[in-house]
Amino acid sequence: MNGYYGWGLPVAASTYAHDIDFGIIMIHVAMFVIFILWGIFFTYLLIRYRRREGVPAERERDHGALKSLLPDIIVMIFEIGLIVFYAIPSWSRIKMNFPDPSQSNQVDVIAEQFAWNVHYPGADGKFGPREPRLVHFSNPIGLDRDKPAAQDDIVFANEIHMPVGKPTLIKLSSKDVIHSFFVPEFRIKQDAMPGMVIPVWVTPTQTGTFEISCAQLCGFAHSFMRGEVVVQTQEDFDAWLKSRAPAKQEAPAKASESW
Amino acid sequence: MVKNSHSSPHDSHAPQSFWSHYVFSTDHKMIGLQYLITSFIFLLIGFSLMMLMRWQLAFPGHPIPLIGSLLSSAVAPNGVMTGEFYNQLGAMHGTIMVFLGIVPLGVGAFGNYVMPLQIGAPDMAFPRLNMMSYWLYLPGGLLMLLSFLLPGGAAQSGWTSYAPLAIINPGQTVWLLAMVIIITSSLLGAVNFLTTGLNMRAPGLSLDRLPVFTWAQLVTAVLLLLAFPPLEAAAILQLMDRVAGTSFYLPAGLVVLGQQVKASGGGQPLLWQHLFWFLAHPEVYVLVLPPMGIVSEIIANGTRKPLHGYKTLVASMISIGVMSFIVWAHHMFLSGMSPMLGNFFLVTTMIISVPSVAILTCLIYSLKGGSIRFTVPMLWALAFIPLFGIGGLTGLPLGLTTTDIYLHDTYYVIGHFHYVVVTGSIIALLGGTYYWFPKWYGRKMDETLGRIHFWGTVVCMNGIFFPMFIQGMAGQNRRYFDPTAHLHNLPTQPLHVVSSVFAWLLFLFQLPFIYNFFSSMFKGERVDDNPWEATTLEWACPSPPPHGNFVKTPRVYRGPYEYSLPDQTRDWLPQHEEAKALT
Repeated sequence: MNGYYGWGLPVAASTYAHDIDFGIIMIHVAMFVIFILWGIFFTYLLIRYRRREGVPAERERDHGALKSLLPDIIVMIFEIGLIVFYAIPSWSRIKMNFPDPSQSNQVDVIAEQFAWNVHYPGADGKFGPREPRLVHFSNPIGLDRDKPAAQDDIVFANEIHMPVGKPTLIKLSSKDVIHSFFVPEFRIKQDAMPGMVIPVWVTPTQTGTFEISCAQLCGFAHSFMRGEVVVQTQEDFDAWLKSRAPAKQEAPAKASESW
Repeated sequence: MVKNSHSSPHDSHAPQSFWSHYVFSTDHKMIGLQYLITSFIFLLIGFSLMMLMRWQLAFPGHPIPLIGSLLSSAVAPNGVMTGEFYNQLGAMHGTIMVFLGIVPLGVGAFGNYVMPLQIGAPDMAFPRLNMMSYWLYLPGGLLMLLSFLLPGGAAQSGWTSYAPLAIINPGQTVWLLAMVIIITSSLLGAVNFLTTGLNMRAPGLSLDRLPVFTWAQLVTAVLLLLAFPPLEAAAILQLMDRVAGTSFYLPAGLVVLGQQVKASGGGQPLLWQHLFWFLAHPEVYVLVLPPMGIVSEIIANGTRKPLHGYKTLVASMISIGVMSFIVWAHHMFLSGMSPMLGNFFLVTTMIISVPSVAILTCLIYSLKGGSIRFTVPMLWALAFIPLFGIGGLTGLPLGLTTTDIYLHDTYYVIGHFHYVVVTGSIIALLGGTYYWFPKWYGRKMDETLGRIHFWGTVVCMNGIFFPMFIQGMAGQNRRYFDPTAHLHNLPTQPLHVVSSVFAWLLFLFQLPFIYNFFSSMFKGERVDDNPWEATTLEWACPSPPPHGNFVKTPRVYRGPYEYSLPDQTRDWLPQHEEAKALT
């Protein structure tokens, strides 16, 4: 065990993790207070108004409306505050504003039963095209290697590398069924929907190896659909990227060009 | 007057054969009891599936003791269940509990038996439709169960049956067929309930004098009527995708396990989710409103005073009914639909929490000034309030878009909705069973066994579901066949053992209830027609009520909960007693 996990929230390792934790903790404090106050009142009523010989029930005069609406009004004010000052601003920060791709580490994640395929654009910064008809066990994402943009692309499974302190922009898609990309330490979750490409971003704040798990039922091995995020310093990340770059291929006698 | 306008089969009091009395009955009371027994059996079956799953969660990879050796090697080689079988159990647990257990119990059983009595009607408006509704429900349910025996087994794509997984997984075809039958049954019921509740009320029983339980049934019937047809249509589309080669929910270019899927594409998996949740969110209120009605009845009776804010209660139920149609996509914040839409559903979700809070507030305030009798039904009704409260409160971080990013699809969600439908709905339905049992059989259920059942059940339910909040906080995903496959699940793994032990204990604590139910049916203490000294009309007829229910159509003089009126010798004044009984 690496000390990231316990009985509470895991370690917070992205820029927006604290936003989400703030909401979770604040709401739970409020829930706890509400529950305790109601609980005390409830217990008091049960004891105070238990049946006693010769003490009939008191019929209340009908002044119910305002009194029964008071807790509602308090709850409503609290909820409006949550929506306006917390939920909508943080939701749009996380899910609607994306970092500039040219300033980000770009990676495509293509989910399948039961693996996370990871596709880096390589040195040219351009993703090669992917075609369903080219999918093969040796080419799980159907990358069209003949296209120039695909020449230096890096493809592998279940491991995403990210530089620390720099945004990583993930384009999430799926080959078969719905999966959900969940990294508890980053507090990020997003369904990977077949037929759609959904952007997700994260800026890691600490180095380390974190867990990717699939959060949407995707078949019999759903619980074994696991991957890792390796967050490295920029230098380590660059060195790793270089080490994974495909070896320069000898030009195979012009064959592919003439096709 | 009411009776004459309906020449139902009930006007003939000819002796009936065994078949027409117990099996193909058109009497709402017999149909209600058929629903009651059938849905309790389905609840027990759904619970048994979960007890098997709880073994796998607590001790993943270990052979299931005793039962493991009985299972076929296809689903549990050497007694260790497979991932496929786990998913089948999961999908069927959800389906059975929701569609074959709680809804038929709350609506088919309690609604059927009690609502016509509460409105002073001789029967449902359409007795034969009522019979047909049961006789679609039972075969639909049996078909669902029998799918376990088919090659490939039962459905294994969750009770939500998200496409495309549901379209490529085995077992789904039978699930869809069974769902179409069950939905049809519910629709027939809904039409019947609405017609009965609106048209067959006894003279003097205006809408503002209706008991809250009947109001809850009416709102529920509207929800069923409007929400189920889209799901029925959606299920037929999914069936076509499976058997007729259409692709309503399949996009182009799918590659499953290395093979290109032969489908024309152009479909959209999100469409299924929208159609499904357009039903399934109102469905949550279908699960919750009848139990709320039951709790209201018991609390008014057990506190010996009118409910606090009758009008607020009814208005809240109606506004929940309306709002429940525009909150569905809060289940889909992370599905890939536009995040802009998320904001809309965030706001509607917060709005719908307001009437829910109002209902709980009214129920708590109702205790104030009361003379609370801690009878067995009252214990269940009182337990409903704080426990359903936990269910409601924990919905808050799930309904908020930002916090849902982390908590969505974790054990936190499981904890939340089980607090709503188990410690909420099921607790209320058990309370209702103790409350109306004397009406059904003219005898009371045993008090001591009832208390043992109550305390054991409440403690065990909390022991099962509370640990799930902690696991959800730690990031554990739901629907995991083997949680230990992920590092972040390991610290909370011991909590799975806790939940499982409480689940098995919960089963043991149901045994006194089962025994109590059947032995009290024959040997319970005999009671008069109104043992709880209640005010509503169902207590005005004999126990058990004869054919046609009321000897003489009752006339209603006042609201439903006239308890503890001053200048009365008794502390209750039934709805049907004439005003001159005052003084």
